[in-house]
Amino acid sequence: MAEIASLLDNMVEQTRYHFEQRGIDEPLVVGIHTGGVWIAEALVQRLGYTRPMGKLDISFYRDDFSRIGMHPQVRPSELPEELDNQHILLVDDVLFTGRTIRAALNELFDYGRPASVTLAVLVERDGRELPIEAAIVGAHLELGAGEQIKLRGPEPLRLERVQVEGRS
Amino acid sequence: MIALPSSAHRLPQPGPLPNDLQLTADGRLRHLLTVEGLSRKLVTEILDNAESFANMNEKAVKKVPLLRGKTVVNLFFEASTRTRTTFELAAKRLSADVLNINVSTSSAVKGESLLDTLRNLEAMNVDMFVVRHQDSGAAHFMARHTQPGISVLNAGDGRHAHPTQALLDMFTIRRCKGDFTRLKVAIVGDILHSRVARSQIHALNILQAGEVRVVAPRSLLPAQVEDLGVHVFHDLKQGLRDVDVVMMLRLQRERMEHAHLPSEHEYFQLFGLTQRRLLLAKPDCLVMHPGPANRGVEIDSAVADGAQSVILQQVTFGIAVRMAVMSMTIGVQGT
Repeated sequence: MAEIASLLDNMVEQTRYHFEQRGIDEPLVVGIHTGGVWIAEALVQRLGYTRPMGKLDISFYRDDFSRIGMHPQVRPSELPEELDNQHILLVDDVLFTGRTIRAALNELFDYGRPASVTLAVLVERDGRELPIEAAIVGAHLELGAGEQIKLRGPEPLRLERVQVEGRS
Repeated sequence: MIALPSSAHRLPQPGPLPNDLQLTADGRLRHLLTVEGLSRKLVTEILDNAESFANMNEKAVKKVPLLRGKTVVNLFFEASTRTRTTFELAAKRLSADVLNINVSTSSAVKGESLLDTLRNLEAMNVDMFVVRHQDSGAAHFMARHTQPGISVLNAGDGRHAHPTQALLDMFTIRRCKGDFTRLKVAIVGDILHSRVARSQIHALNILQAGEVRVVAPRSLLPAQVEDLGVHVFHDLKQGLRDVDVVMMLRLQRERMEHAHLPSEHEYFQLFGLTQRRLLLAKPDCLVMHPGPANRGVEIDSAVADGAQSVILQQVTFGIAVRMAVMSMTIGVQGT
């Protein structure tokens, strides 16, 4: 498995290019708990961004609540500024079905109306169930059926392949 | 020789053990009927979940879609303003639909039984009952007879329990004081008629509060109250000494069938919380009251509105705690 550091380097380069192209100085970075927050923190540091970043816990916006119930550990979402008219860089660790991102977008829009939202992920894998794609991607992976990839951390950050039964 | 349990003067404990009804086989919350018997872990989980909901006020849209498409029925056989409205607001902030049924305007006055009411509302495909009733055990009765897939939350039954009130009190204490194990807490007033006091005592003991005191005249204490794990005081000045939290109770005039007290005036002279008496407690002692307060009977206005009072915070936090309990119980239904 590729080193996290080199994946982050890829992301930094793509992020700089993406926002320069659009004439945006520094977006508001928002990480999705828990892995996305770790990646967002690493990105902010490498990019030398100075604005405080936001954190989202999407548990209350999940679409599988009525099947699996409350997530045992919900952390509060924290957004340091008003979202209206902001350019947002939404960061997650693994893009899989796209359902987490849908939930995150729904939550973001309950805080305000951003000017734009760009998605950045450490790893993009196969298995999308919704029309959602990332603009900034550390690595692409094809995984076998029943295989998942998980980010462990925060110190050190590492990717782990895990075999899971049944759940999508 | 068979030893008979000396239960005649015990507090009401209706039906089978509450946890058989209110927990799932794997220990998750299906109904909330009483705090009694809940584990410290589960109570802490409820408070942690409430913490996430308490932070929602900074959002432009103060709602989450968690209970979208669910129907919550507030079934109130007894008057209530705070409890009913905060349950209603909690359900609405979770995006549920809410039906409010009050006894004065319902068919219960036409003689419909509780079971008939239950069956009819079930036929409307509702997902949760929030019930307040003058009889101890009414919520247990509903939980026992309702269809699987419907949750029952006890919003106060007779003298028995008022679990969400106790939980919001615990949430308020935890927010202000943190750790429970070093706290001395005094519950003052009409313990005998108070379902709030009973639930508070259980909750404080579950969370391992350092010392739980009850302070009341003998005529307003249930028999064998010590068995609940409290220290009993009949003198307010002694009971308040060095406490970190004082939880006042409302003098329940409507429940006083017999003359438990010579007069309200005399009660205030002996057991009313005044600024001067509050000086006996720790300087940062919290003053709490479940409302509605009888000003000048159990609490002086200057104390109720004073710097140490967290009475209005209790109301605010009540919404978050009820949101937590509602989403945890409904979340269990589909699993």
